[in-house]
Amino acid sequence: MNFVESIRIALRALNANKVRSALTMLGVIIGVAAVILLVAIGTGVQDEITGSIEGLGSNLIFVFAGNFEEGPGGGGPGGSSVRSFSIEDADLLQRRLGSEHAVVPVVQGPLTLRVGNRTMRTTVAAANENAGDVFSADYVGGRGYRRSEVSASARVVVIGATVRDRLFPNQDPVGQTMSINGQRFNVIGHVAAQGGSLTGDQDNQVFMPITAAQRLLGTTDVGLIAVKAATADDVEILQQRIRQVLTPRFGDEFSVFSQEQTLGIFQQILGTLTFMLAGIAGISLLVGGIGIMNIMLVSVSERTREIGIRKAVGARTYDIMSQFVIEAVTLSVAGGAVGIALGAIGAQILTEWVPTEVTVWAVALAFTFSAGVGIFFGVYPAYKASRLDPIEALRYE
Amino acid sequence: MPESANRAIPGPCDETRVVLEARGVSKCYHLGEVEVHALRGVDLSICEGRMLSLMGPSGSGKSTLMHIIGLLDRPSEGSVIVESEEVSAMAPNELAAVRNRRIGFVFQSFNLLSRTTALANVELPLVYAGVSGTERSRRARAALERVGLGDRMGHLPNQLSGGQQQRVAIARALVTEPSIVLADEPTGNLDSVSGVDVMTILQDLNAHGITVVLVTHDDTVARHAERIVRLRDGRVVADDPVADRIWAADRRDEVVEEAGGVQA
Repeated sequence: MNFVESIRIALRALNANKVRSALTMLGVIIGVAAVILLVAIGTGVQDEITGSIEGLGSNLIFVFAGNFEEGPGGGGPGGSSVRSFSIEDADLLQRRLGSEHAVVPVVQGPLTLRVGNRTMRTTVAAANENAGDVFSADYVGGRGYRRSEVSASARVVVIGATVRDRLFPNQDPVGQTMSINGQRFNVIGHVAAQGGSLTGDQDNQVFMPITAAQRLLGTTDVGLIAVKAATADDVEILQQRIRQVLTPRFGDEFSVFSQEQTLGIFQQILGTLTFMLAGIAGISLLVGGIGIMNIMLVSVSERTREIGIRKAVGARTYDIMSQFVIEAVTLSVAGGAVGIALGAIGAQILTEWVPTEVTVWAVALAFTFSAGVGIFFGVYPAYKASRLDPIEALRYE
Repeated sequence: MPESANRAIPGPCDETRVVLEARGVSKCYHLGEVEVHALRGVDLSICEGRMLSLMGPSGSGKSTLMHIIGLLDRPSEGSVIVESEEVSAMAPNELAAVRNRRIGFVFQSFNLLSRTTALANVELPLVYAGVSGTERSRRARAALERVGLGDRMGHLPNQLSGGQQQRVAIARALVTEPSIVLADEPTGNLDSVSGVDVMTILQDLNAHGITVVLVTHDDTVARHAERIVRLRDGRVVADDPVADRIWAADRRDEVVEEAGGVQA
């Protein structure tokens, strides 16, 4: 018996039990769609964050308090012994590295904004006058804060697009005042919408001199220090110099990453996350496969007599085996195809809220896996069917 | 319905023309602790082109013997020889090939695939024989026409009467042009008119050179063969030629009348 004939027999059998076939496929459909969708989200988020790090500008070095470079147990971050940086540390670095390199201390924290009776919660990203070297921003109106405003802790603020739309709908915010955590601030500029970024949703953010932010948040700490090297060739030497400067003060309780390294870390984390999501979705695919096996086992015992008849008229072991394996594979591959289509459509719909990207490898993986599931979970019932004794099978009621 | 039948008294069967032979066949089932001996050393030779009845009450082992000589089951002891080929030691797939090419089965309960048309049912053995689509269809149509169902090919089993279903089963048995047709109570589930029609076809097949083995507990049915082998408790107790052989084709009018004039 040839392969085409086996497929025809399998399709006829599946067609005879339409509802059952459809329900069995549903397990695989959901599994494959989940794999496609979750991997699409993971990949989309990864791409966006990668893009935002790359979009920060070039030749950047980031210095964090705490030791991230050694593995767990190496005195990781969050421990009470970790000392944070202060503005003095940033000033020290600026003096020692030279003025051709820009040192930017960064503070982030939550704030409550109020204009008239409108209130909203948002985050602040505060830095010094060199902020423009690290955070790219297109000013729609107004200007950024100046050196004098940083040293004077001036209550000036630049607002993101979301903040402007919520608090100053259809108005020019420049020159207006707003209350931030109860303090009056002058709005000196506002920036264009640019989507998410490394420091969160940049549109739902305000920017101000680091000194003003520290006062508002009641801290003298600096979250991270960014250093922009004058040229790409300086990056490596600068990392060494930064270590030399900070080691006497912090021991090894700080970490220095170049932009490339930071990118690598994020990609690693997000890559792991994507695989985790794919793994979770893969479990549902596995459950779908077990559903196929269950139905195929039912189908085999239900059709014992049919198997007996086929064997009596000359079906060989592998004729019966291939018939049932093909049925199982047809179920899983058809389910896989529908699942891929649903996953892709779902990913398209989700772009409204989350960045998604349907990748070829996810589609290939899901499809291969679903076909594999069909073979793996179809073989046992098929084997069971093929081993039936013809006379036992014919007697079966 | 075919008319002609070769009614010449067959000559003696010489050794070279033995188509199917059982030698010292025993079959023993284990039902828990109990051993059931279905067959105890049965010897049987069936000559080519003859028609033979295996008769016996239920439990005599006649069905077991048919399953063994039909290669559906294996003997516990002894050997089965089909066309001078020892088949007892063959692997399941080889047995399947022998069943496919040389043996046709007709069962009491028809054993047709439901949800499958008469034509597709008859094509089934040819599918496993590897015959191509068009050739398969041509041969299956010819077989169905031979049993008088040329106008029912697209019908499903549940759209056919019992007699018609059994004729589909006979068409399926003869479509591979086997040398032997084994019929297990072929009229057991049929009304008498359909039964006569089925027996007429079987006798006609035999007249065309196919060896037919009938398994039955019914003396009238058994007398359609030229020889009756009687089994009791797993042993052959008698092996006699039939003196007053019944020709189904001759009885049809009589049976139709008895049945109240109902035409099948």
